[in-house]
Amino acid sequence: MEPAPLLKVNNIEVIYEHVILVLKGVSLDVYEGQIASLLGANGAGKSTTLKAISNLVKAERGEVTKGTVEFDGKRVDRLFAPALVKMGVIQIMEGRHTFEHLTVEDDLLTGAYTRGRDKKGIKEALDRVYGYFPRLKERRSAKTGYISGGEMQMCAIGRGLMAKPRIMLLDEPSMGLAPLLVKEIFEIIVRLNKEENVGMLLAEQNAAMALEYAEYGYVMENGRVVLDGDAETLKNNADVKEFYLGLTEIGKKSYRDVKHYHRRKRWLA
Amino acid sequence: MTFFFEVLINGLLMGIMYSLVALGFALIYKASDVFNMAQGAMSLLAGLALVGFLEMSFPLWLALLCTVGIMIILAYSTVFFVLKPLVNRPPLMLFMATFGIMYLLEGIGQSIWGTDAKGLNIGIPEISFEIRGILMNTFDLTFAGVAALLVASLVWFFQKTRTGRALRAVSDDHEAALSVGIPLLKAWAVTWVIAGIVATVAGVAWGSRLGVQFSLGYIAFKALPVLIIGGIDSIPGAIIAGLIVGAGETLAEVFIGPYVGGGIQTFFPYLIALLVLYFKPYGLFGKEIIERV
Repeated sequence: MEPAPLLKVNNIEVIYEHVILVLKGVSLDVYEGQIASLLGANGAGKSTTLKAISNLVKAERGEVTKGTVEFDGKRVDRLFAPALVKMGVIQIMEGRHTFEHLTVEDDLLTGAYTRGRDKKGIKEALDRVYGYFPRLKERRSAKTGYISGGEMQMCAIGRGLMAKPRIMLLDEPSMGLAPLLVKEIFEIIVRLNKEENVGMLLAEQNAAMALEYAEYGYVMENGRVVLDGDAETLKNNADVKEFYLGLTEIGKKSYRDVKHYHRRKRWLA
Repeated sequence: MTFFFEVLINGLLMGIMYSLVALGFALIYKASDVFNMAQGAMSLLAGLALVGFLEMSFPLWLALLCTVGIMIILAYSTVFFVLKPLVNRPPLMLFMATFGIMYLLEGIGQSIWGTDAKGLNIGIPEISFEIRGILMNTFDLTFAGVAALLVASLVWFFQKTRTGRALRAVSDDHEAALSVGIPLLKAWAVTWVIAGIVATVAGVAWGSRLGVQFSLGYIAFKALPVLIIGGIDSIPGAIIAGLIVGAGETLAEVFIGPYVGGGIQTFFPYLIALLVLYFKPYGLFGKEIIERV
C-alpha cells in the first residue's frame, strides 16, 4: 500500500482582497522526507500556494475559499499560522526576510519561539544549525541587516530548522544569489532532507536547478498546476524543456519565432 | 557653581518626567510601527481612574491594581477592535486610528469621572532637603527611582527574554515574525499592556504634580522633541533624551533666558531637536534604516 502523503493540498482556491482569484484549484502531495518542487514563471501562483499551506496568506488579506489542506492526516487550512509552525510546517519566505536589527544568533533563536522554554533542546538545535552553516557561527553577533545575501539565506533556512520542522516550504531560495552559492544552498537543502528527514516543497524559477535536486515536480501556470511528474519525466518533457529549461531540439531558439505562444496556450485551455 | 548644579539637577528630574511619557511612544512605535497619538490620553485615563478609585476610598494598592487592570483591558480591546482589522494596512491608517482612540478615551474618561480638575495625592511626601547645598525634594527623587527601575526592567525584558526578542522581531518584519510562529496579535497586546503601565506611571507622576485634568492628555506633546532627539523607537534614547531636554531647557531658561527676555524654555527643546536631526536623522539611538544596494 502506498503511504499517505505528509502534506496533501486538495483543489484549493485562493482569493485576495475578496476579489482577485489567484489560485484556481491547485492540488499536490508531498510525502514524508520527499523533495518536491513547484515550478513556474513570475505570477504563476507558486508563492501563494506556499502561503496558502502555511496560512500566511491570511496576513496578506487573502483567503482559501475552496478545497482543503491536510498535514499528517489533519485538516489545517483553518488554522492560525503559528499553530502550523508548531506542527512542523515552516515557510522560508521569498527574499529571506531576516530580522535586520537582530543579531544572527538572536534571529536564529526567534525560530525556536514555538518551542517555549525548552532551553536544552533549543541550545542543541542552535549547535546543529551552526554545524550546517559554519559561516553563521562566525557571524553570530553581526546584525542580519549587514550580512551578505547568501548568509541571509542561510540564516533564514537555519531559523526554520530551529523550529523542528517536518516539512519546509522554501520560496525561491536561489533568488539573487551567485550560481556557486545557489549550488551550496541546494546541497544543504538535500542534506537537511536526508539527515533531518525534513520534507521539502521548493518553489523555484530556476527550473534546471530544482529538477536536478527534487524527486517530483509540479509545473504551475496562471494559478493552476498544468503538469506534474517525476523530475526525470519532467526534464524530458518537450514543453518543460522549451519553456523552463531553455532547450529545444534544434538548440537555441530565436525570439523572432512567436510560435511558442500557441504552444503555451495548450496548457491554459 | 552650587546654583548651577541645583538648576541642572532640577532639570534632570524634570527630564525624567518627560522620559516617562516618551517611553510609552517609543514602546508602541517599536512593536507596531505606529505613532500612538492616544499615549497622552492613556495617561489621562489612568490618572482619572486612579483618582476615581481613591475617591471610592479604595486603599492605594488596590486602586493602582484596578487602574492597571483597566489599562490591560484597554490594551486588549485596542488590539482586537482597532489593530486587528488593520493588519497590513498602510501605517497612516493606524496612525489615524490612534487619533480615534485618543478622542474616545478622553470622552469615556470624562463622562465617567467628570471634567473637573482633581488633585491626586498618593502619599509620597514632598519634603525638601539639601545635599551639599543643593536643594532637592523626596517626591522628585521617588519618581526618578521609579523611572530608573522601569527602564532597567524594560531594557532587560527586551534584550534578554524570549518574549522581548519576539517583540523585537515583530518590530522588524511583521510577516516574517508570523512565519516563525510568533503570534502577532499577542505580541501587540503585550506591547500595549506595557505601554499602558508606563502611561499609568506617567499619569500618576504628572497628575500628582499638575492635578488630574483634561490638559494632562497634552503632556504627550512635551515628549515630541524627546522622541526626535532620542530616536523614536529607542528605550534608552527616550530616557537620555528626556534628561537632555529637561536639563537643557532649565539651564537655558536660567542662564540664557535673562539676556533674551526669558520664556525660551518652551521652544528650546525643539532647537536641540533640530540640531540633532541635522547630524543624526534617526535620533541619537534610533534604529537606522538598513538599505541594501
